[in-house]
Amino acid sequence: MPTLFGSAIKRREDPRLITGAATYVDDVKLPGLAYAAMLRSPYAHAKITRMDVTEARKAPGVVAVFTGADLKDKVAPVPCAWNVPNCDLKVPPHPLLAHDTVRYVGDGVALVVAESRAAARDAIDLIDVDYDALPAGVDPEKMAQPGAPQLHAEVPNNVAFTWVVAGGDAEQAFTDAEVTVKQRIVQQRLLPTAMEPRAAVASYNRGAGQLTLWATSQNPHIHRFLCSVMLQIPEHRIRVIAPEVGGGFGSKIPAYPDEALVCWAAMQLGRPVKWTEDRSENYKTTIHGRDHVEHVELAGTKDGRITGIRTKVYAGLGAYASTAAPGIPTILHGLVYSGPYQIPNILGTIYGVYTSGTPVDAYRGAGRPEAAFLIERLVDIYARKIGMDPVEVRRKNFIAKNQFPYTVATGLVYDSGDYEPALDRALTILDYPAFRRQQAEERKKGRFLGVGVISYIEICGLGPSQVAGAVGFGGGLYDSAVVRVYPTGVVRVYIGASPHGQGEETTFAQIVAEEFGYPIENVEIVHGDTETTPQGWGTYGSRSTAVCGSAVKVAAQRVKEKAKRIASHLLEANEQDIEWRDDAFRVRGSPDQKKTFAEVALMANVAWNMPAGVEPGLEASAFFDPTNFVYPFGSHACTVEVDVETGEVKILRYIAVDDCGPHINPMIVEGQIHGGIIQGLGEGLQEIAIYDDDGQLITGTMMDYAVPRATQMPHLELDHTVTPSPVNPLGVKGCGEAGTIASAACLVNAVCDALAPLGIVHIDKPVTPARVWAAIQAASSPGNGAGHPGIQPGATPDDAAQVPGAVGAGKENPQ
Amino acid sequence: VIPTSFEYLRATSLRDALRVLALGDGTKVLAGGHSLLPVMKFRLAQPPRLLDVAGLAELRGIEEHRKGARIGATTTYRELLESDLLRERFPIIAECTEHIGDLQVRNRGTIGGSIAHADPASDMPSVMLALDATFNVRSKRGRRAIKAREFFRGPFATDLAEDELLLDVVLPALPRGAGTAYLSQEQAASGYALAGAAAVVARTRKTVSHAVVALTGVGEVARLVASTDQLVGTKAEPEVLARAAAASTDGIEVQGDIHAPADYRRHLAQVIVRRALETALSRAA
Repeated sequence: MPTLFGSAIKRREDPRLITGAATYVDDVKLPGLAYAAMLRSPYAHAKITRMDVTEARKAPGVVAVFTGADLKDKVAPVPCAWNVPNCDLKVPPHPLLAHDTVRYVGDGVALVVAESRAAARDAIDLIDVDYDALPAGVDPEKMAQPGAPQLHAEVPNNVAFTWVVAGGDAEQAFTDAEVTVKQRIVQQRLLPTAMEPRAAVASYNRGAGQLTLWATSQNPHIHRFLCSVMLQIPEHRIRVIAPEVGGGFGSKIPAYPDEALVCWAAMQLGRPVKWTEDRSENYKTTIHGRDHVEHVELAGTKDGRITGIRTKVYAGLGAYASTAAPGIPTILHGLVYSGPYQIPNILGTIYGVYTSGTPVDAYRGAGRPEAAFLIERLVDIYARKIGMDPVEVRRKNFIAKNQFPYTVATGLVYDSGDYEPALDRALTILDYPAFRRQQAEERKKGRFLGVGVISYIEICGLGPSQVAGAVGFGGGLYDSAVVRVYPTGVVRVYIGASPHGQGEETTFAQIVAEEFGYPIENVEIVHGDTETTPQGWGTYGSRSTAVCGSAVKVAAQRVKEKAKRIASHLLEANEQDIEWRDDAFRVRGSPDQKKTFAEVALMANVAWNMPAGVEPGLEASAFFDPTNFVYPFGSHACTVEVDVETGEVKILRYIAVDDCGPHINPMIVEGQIHGGIIQGLGEGLQEIAIYDDDGQLITGTMMDYAVPRATQMPHLELDHTVTPSPVNPLGVKGCGEAGTIASAACLVNAVCDALAPLGIVHIDKPVTPARVWAAIQAASSPGNGAGHPGIQPGATPDDAAQVPGAVGAGKENPQ
Repeated sequence: VIPTSFEYLRATSLRDALRVLALGDGTKVLAGGHSLLPVMKFRLAQPPRLLDVAGLAELRGIEEHRKGARIGATTTYRELLESDLLRERFPIIAECTEHIGDLQVRNRGTIGGSIAHADPASDMPSVMLALDATFNVRSKRGRRAIKAREFFRGPFATDLAEDELLLDVVLPALPRGAGTAYLSQEQAASGYALAGAAAVVARTRKTVSHAVVALTGVGEVARLVASTDQLVGTKAEPEVLARAAAASTDGIEVQGDIHAPADYRRHLAQVIVRRALETALSRAA
């Protein structure tokens, strides 16, 4: 039988997904089902002065209308579950329905339950609410200044936390630096846009006191716990099922009011209730990503050695602290400021700021793309200032292969890495010297070509649990698997992770089938139901294969060990004389004496002839808690042409060389890398959530929010290196977020490289035609660019430089 | 995503359709539904009744008409793209249509729907203007023929009366040897034009004898550019083209939005006009 581990077999979940035979939450139909719709605030910040639901209650088909007053003191607020320590975190309560104040457009005000979705929607329009508008604001930097609109009485200046990461002595490094560069970078708000919006169906069995929630969840066990907190019912009375989930990208990690409200309504009404978002609702109420305003600096020597990074970051949290929000711009961002480089001195100050926008939480990469973007931009700006090839600056500062495990200045210990081969491979595929020659030639003809080369690391495979506890994460970060072998030898594997597009029904089955010498058809992966699967912590942070996949591997090994004991008993041989060869247990020296796994499975399950002291049955569970994170890495290269007349950016080539350790299924890895890169290119090229000054989301539909289309994206040229991780038995790292972490920076570096002859140092993403054109205008007429958002003109590279030590509270140069 | 309740009527004859429209009570005509249904789902439009004309055979199809062509109003984008007659006589239609929406949209969206909807950034109105199209409309009161340049009145506003139905589009033959081009820069999310230009030019010997450009996506309504008159009688030297292009937005109240501030859009329109003219000239005999 061919080796399954490492084989690019097709995804087993796809036939049902692409033929419409899959069951998503909205496909769940129950007898007596009622439908919920939410009245949402049209104001970003307002007092509710009066609410009248009389007409709505009388409308045809309406079963019930609930308001904040109905829920008060009967349910708990939406919890924030990442209590980052040592940062004076302030988490004001986030009620399931606003009772007196609304704090973002989309904040829930009332819930209507009706006999049909249409009747529920019609009744929404009959609810009469009077609002007194209050001042609002969405810019995280402005909202942290004295005099900004105050959003929560208990949070002065809207600053939810001030978190500092420090390693070495950054202040000294900047004082002593031969060269420093400084840049203000805005990392725009993004809308995660999972293809399936959020949905929930709740059903309450009054007799058993048992609540069942079907939900669009990346982590049903976490949602079970969070629902138990909000609804104040014991955890074991709640069953959460995540059936097919159509993408998450982080947006289906958090607890939201809506799912809990549907549960509450089902319990009150004694009948099942369904709620499904539409896209406009999704854009207003499902979490957003990124939203940083950053002032970042790099110190270095004239010959290209980076000596320090210093940042001041205003991270927008939106109106409330979402489930994991405090951990994203801190633990998952500030701790990785080293990237793949040896940077001895790091100082980051992160302000978490409440604004009048939709709550911000984890979005593909979650904190790490923002870190990679600022580092990789700074490295390019620095390289240009010292007149060195940006590729050489990277190479010069890489952590060397023989330094692993390597402790960076922020205290993280990188597990393994070998950065130069990936960079070399990317440059070879591109033919970097040839492109530089072509670039110079074309420039003479008036064409503006550019190349961006970036190197990144990712921190993923989240655990270990001990670290989770130390950084205030309100849960564990191990994961689990139960491998159960049926009498006929078929296998079901119950996992704690909750895949929703990552292909683990295929890759995890490959792990088990490989272990048992089985055709993959004999192995089925079961996930997404708290009633059948062991406690797990969900699928996010590129963690499932490294952590849950390892649990699967360990559980399968345990099953195999027991099978070996039984086989030795059946073969009447010493266990030491049994070997696993050619897909069977064989007696060493007499290979014809053998038992296949299926034969052993049958005997274990009927238990007619068990070894003394061995229990019947053949199953095992494993809880795998890694000893460290894993740190995938890679180098990407992108070439672009900028039409300087229209500002349009055309991507010519995109090359990615990633290292996520061994590939269980190279096709699935490739798919993950593809998706990740495209999502990052969307961020770099065209995606931006825009609010007006009153906190109205202008990009509230797909007519204005530019999710990348296949026709807008380049062909991707992929390659990889393989550096196993020592921290898990599979040696695997993560690949789900790598592309997103790398590609936005890679693209913007290429665009800035193309426009370097015009003196342009930086353009904030997304590099839309209008922004690129405005940057060109500003560069060609100094002083003109100040009014353009996202444009950083720089007539000469020196304009990007900064006198050492000039940045500090209150005397900042708003460059 | 759920519209207010409405009555749905499917027309089985033109006569019945016109009778329903004559009621004058806010009935909206439904063809491909790609513009109307989304605004109804947002409840921005709440018509009491939809009249579906997609099944009326007499409104559909492409035929030769006095060396030009006649296109039925409910002819889909896909049918436009598949028409050899149009590709041969009016290649600009395919050049414009192949970038509209995606495959599903092109399978259902109709030329008449786009024209009657008159979105200020949609592609087709500018092509109709550049081709000097005539729209035949009919009501219970009678028939009318409206020139494209008199038809588009403002954003989502046309000369069509509430009881009138657009029957077909008549395109006169292009000048002999004419070259055409449609060029637009699309807004990345919607695919609508940030600025789009449809150009038709012809030369007699080496002198420009015909030069028409229509712009879409720039002002409140698609419109013909006056400055291309400057080209007629010239040899279309680069500086002449540049001058005509630079003046192409004169008199247009250029719209600004989050995707294209007005200063950028004005500049973009001028670039696109120049490039459309250059391309059309390169294709002219």
